[in-house]
Amino acid sequence: MNPLLTHYLVVSALLFSIGFAGAVARRSVIIVLIGIELMLNAANLNFIAFWRYGAHPEALTGVMFVLFSIAIAAAEAAVGLALIIAIYRQRKTTQVDGLDRLKG
Amino acid sequence: MLNEIAFYLIAAVTLAFAVAAMALRQLIHCALCAAAAFAGLATLYLQLDAEFVGFAQLLVYVGAIAILIVFAVLLTRADEVLPGSRRSSPSWLMGIAAAVLVLAGIALPILSSPSLRHPPLAVADAPVKLIGVELMTRYVLPLEMAGVLLTAALMGAVVIAMREEPEIKAQSRPPAARGVETGEAVSHS
Repeated sequence: MNPLLTHYLVVSALLFSIGFAGAVARRSVIIVLIGIELMLNAANLNFIAFWRYGAHPEALTGVMFVLFSIAIAAAEAAVGLALIIAIYRQRKTTQVDGLDRLKG
Repeated sequence: MLNEIAFYLIAAVTLAFAVAAMALRQLIHCALCAAAAFAGLATLYLQLDAEFVGFAQLLVYVGAIAILIVFAVLLTRADEVLPGSRRSSPSWLMGIAAAVLVLAGIALPILSSPSLRHPPLAVADAPVKLIGVELMTRYVLPLEMAGVLLTAALMGAVVIAMREEPEIKAQSRPPAARGVETGEAVSHS
């Protein structure tokens, strides 16, 4: 007996909320980035769950979407962490509330 | 029944690691817990018969992104030990409340809709050969675009994170002063 579609969707919703809470409540930019990655992963889990539980899993649409989503998440993480390192080099901090000025 | 037990175990472990990744105090612990949560998600994909996506998730997230995060933590380690600094932002309670609201907004419709409570409708199989054929035929344009995007992101990340060389700085900073001096020297002579 397999778990129902609802179970996967609830897990995904919980994961999204956990990532959201971390992204808005923590001060470290790195934790904010991890939270964003968790939110992206929750969306991916939704795609896979709907693909598996849908009526036409042979179309592979959900799988393809998740593959491209993983590629884009990798690009986003690379650029985001490079930005964090560049900001740290200039401001000597990675806390969100220390980065409140636009002017260098 | 066995599938359900496995699902509950994997889901509980994944969510626990996700909470730990967001709540622990040491950044390096957060990074490692995030890697574990990504691995748990890969197992969920495997349980959903999406083998290729599961292994891609394992390679990209646990193999690459987690390592990147650990590198970022280690390279920016100096400000971790600020005396008297708080880990959470001043309005963290509002953030948690917003997250709970978001959770309610997503989970209540899911739980209350009967059309989602069904087992898998069809036997799903995503063989790697079929994925490869689809990637080369129907999805070839998105594949090429992803390649371009990854190349651009690679070069952008290198350019952004590259340390400025001291001789470049020396060349770029005083040229105005030097130009004035030489100009004056030329005009005087």
